[in-house]
Amino acid sequence: MKRIQINHGRIIDPANGIDRIGNVYIADGKILSVASRPDGFDADIQIDANEQIVCPGFIDLSTRLREPGQSRKATIKSETLAAASAGVTTLCLQPDTMPVIDAPAVAELIKDLAEKAGYPQIHPIAALTQKLEGTELSAMLSLKQAGCIAVGHANEPVKNLLILRRAMEYAASHDLLLMLRPNDYWLGNNGCAHEGALATRYGLPSIPEAAETIALSQCLELAELTGCRVHFGQLSCKRSVIKIQQAKNDGLRVTANVAMHQLHLTENDMTPFDSAYHVLPPLRTEDDKQYLRLGVAAGTLDGICSDHQPHDLDAKLGAFPETEPGISALETLLPLLLKLVADGALTLPEGVAALTSKPAEILGLQRGALTPGLPADVCIFDPKAQWRVDADHWRSQGANTPYWGQTMQGLVTHTLQAGRVIHS
Amino acid sequence: MSAILQLTPEGKLKHFLTIEGLDKSLLTEILDLAESFAGMSDQQVKKVPILRGKTIVNLFFENSTRTRTTFELAAKRLSADVLSINIATSATSKGESLLDTIRNLEAMFVDMFVVRHALSGAAHFIAQQVAPHISVINAGDGQHAHPTQAMLDMFTIRQIKKDFAPLKVAIIGDILHSRVARSEIVALNALGVTEVRVIAPKTLLPAHVETLGVKVFYNLNEGLKDVDVVMMLRLQKERMSSALLPSESEYFKCFGLTEDKLKLAKPDAIVMHPGPINRGVEIDSKVADGPQSVILKQVSNGIAIRMAVMAMAMQPQGTSA
Repeated sequence: MKRIQINHGRIIDPANGIDRIGNVYIADGKILSVASRPDGFDADIQIDANEQIVCPGFIDLSTRLREPGQSRKATIKSETLAAASAGVTTLCLQPDTMPVIDAPAVAELIKDLAEKAGYPQIHPIAALTQKLEGTELSAMLSLKQAGCIAVGHANEPVKNLLILRRAMEYAASHDLLLMLRPNDYWLGNNGCAHEGALATRYGLPSIPEAAETIALSQCLELAELTGCRVHFGQLSCKRSVIKIQQAKNDGLRVTANVAMHQLHLTENDMTPFDSAYHVLPPLRTEDDKQYLRLGVAAGTLDGICSDHQPHDLDAKLGAFPETEPGISALETLLPLLLKLVADGALTLPEGVAALTSKPAEILGLQRGALTPGLPADVCIFDPKAQWRVDADHWRSQGANTPYWGQTMQGLVTHTLQAGRVIHS
Repeated sequence: MSAILQLTPEGKLKHFLTIEGLDKSLLTEILDLAESFAGMSDQQVKKVPILRGKTIVNLFFENSTRTRTTFELAAKRLSADVLSINIATSATSKGESLLDTIRNLEAMFVDMFVVRHALSGAAHFIAQQVAPHISVINAGDGQHAHPTQAMLDMFTIRQIKKDFAPLKVAIIGDILHSRVARSEIVALNALGVTEVRVIAPKTLLPAHVETLGVKVFYNLNEGLKDVDVVMMLRLQKERMSSALLPSESEYFKCFGLTEDKLKLAKPDAIVMHPGPINRGVEIDSKVADGPQSVILKQVSNGIAIRMAVMAMAMQPQGTSA
């Protein structure tokens, strides 16, 4: 394997407390050194990272790549290209593929497709219940052995709390992490917008915060009862952050993430009936957004995910309530992170940690850091370079982003996955 | 955005999707034009040639009798060719998308769509998608807006009360699911009434309803005090099955408008209802058919208002209006 030398970049490696200008040396797919030149090191490839930032590759805790089953929306090939161009080197895949990831064969198929796409770092999240129907447990252990990194339930409801309790007990028996987006199906009432002034004005079926916080509270109680490790994903409101902090204070083994767009957009940013803003959980209030930002800065929210959900054109063409929720979000991940830094919400090392070392820790992956000996997953980006979100620059098959046509700052110049350059 | 979408750069009406973003002078222009059309109804020849040669398609994805009929009559009195399609039982039930339906009709050289749809935002979506020369009139979209209903009610109020400024108006019933209520509230506030009240149990009020510019009452007797206009809303049967209300009879007991309760309003208060009426559920027959009821006047006024809106929306495309 090639030896790579990354020269004179600002190295940000939160796991090791590094933030300084220097070189990174890579050999045999692994980090060799981030300090002095190893004796006898002779690079095959030199990468000039002057004026650029060198950090671990990003680890995305929640994505949908639409394959298998919905390749009209996107494919593993198209979305891993987008991921590579966005500096993302590890992807967790939600289980609501078609078929659902509830059998080892499906997980193996995804792993195969990932290998074929030249992007092996895709981690399927196994369905907690068969077909995500919320009634019968999936073969979690077999799924784990087939390469699933955790268990989850996508957007589907678990039928009742007894089934959730048993699923959590079973997952805990095999030391499986449960990744859950807390949502009470009934309180959600098939809504499509935050229950607030905007939904009232536009007559949109609405989702109260309580749909999230009640489900979160119930699951926290069950986490305590069952000892299951739980990672709460895509939290959207202030009161969820407070509940997570409380649970952590109480010593529960829980972690949480927030989708990047929730740190930037609120219900007030929605152009009326513009389906690009249709997401689940819905965009909430300015107060929620500010508190979510504080939650990340304080470490209450451990990670930031893209919540990438590419769609075909048709999925977003229609009256707002009938359009499909979700944003194609991989490629705006870094620019939006830099915007958080520019807004003073986070320091750059804090932001990088939320996309690298912290997700690695949550998932138990030996990645997300530039520690010598770890696989060389590296992202090199120019924090000042600007680019326009348009057909010339966009790689995801889904163009469903509210940022379409806007200028973004922050461009990934190189992405290395286990020492292999997958984007430059 | 909505306002921008429905107005030309000169501020003229292009589509009519919502009352929001339309100022008092434009609303007054609609009312004035409707008034000139209203006079025509008594004449022998009820037609004017304003939209001669234009093709209007009534596209009803939801059933309606009153609204569809008055739109059809309004179009005919403007001399347009009009076609009414009941999509609820047509193409979309065969799996055709909203956009495909529109595209197909567009290909038949249509000049205007009058759209009713069960989802909020449908009319906006269609207005964004149609060719630039086509106008879209919202005949009710989900729980969002029903602007012609609101305008015909404003017209009826103005006929009787002359001036909006001193009025207190109470809207009673299922505000949560009502596109009529949302449009009425915006129109009344834009025309400068003293106070708009909503009266309903919490289950039938949307969150933060006060942000719409209304005073909230949970008690009918308190809310009716001193009002000049009483607007009743239809109560859909399915509200009982979705646990929003215990029963029709309990609703009538609390929020049904009876002669006794109407006495709490001003003696010259008028009673309105967008129809169809559920007698004995939201309104007692004696009130619905009583001297203070203007319910049938509303229906007649619907034609004049819809003529006015259609004529104005087609004006940027060169009509003789």
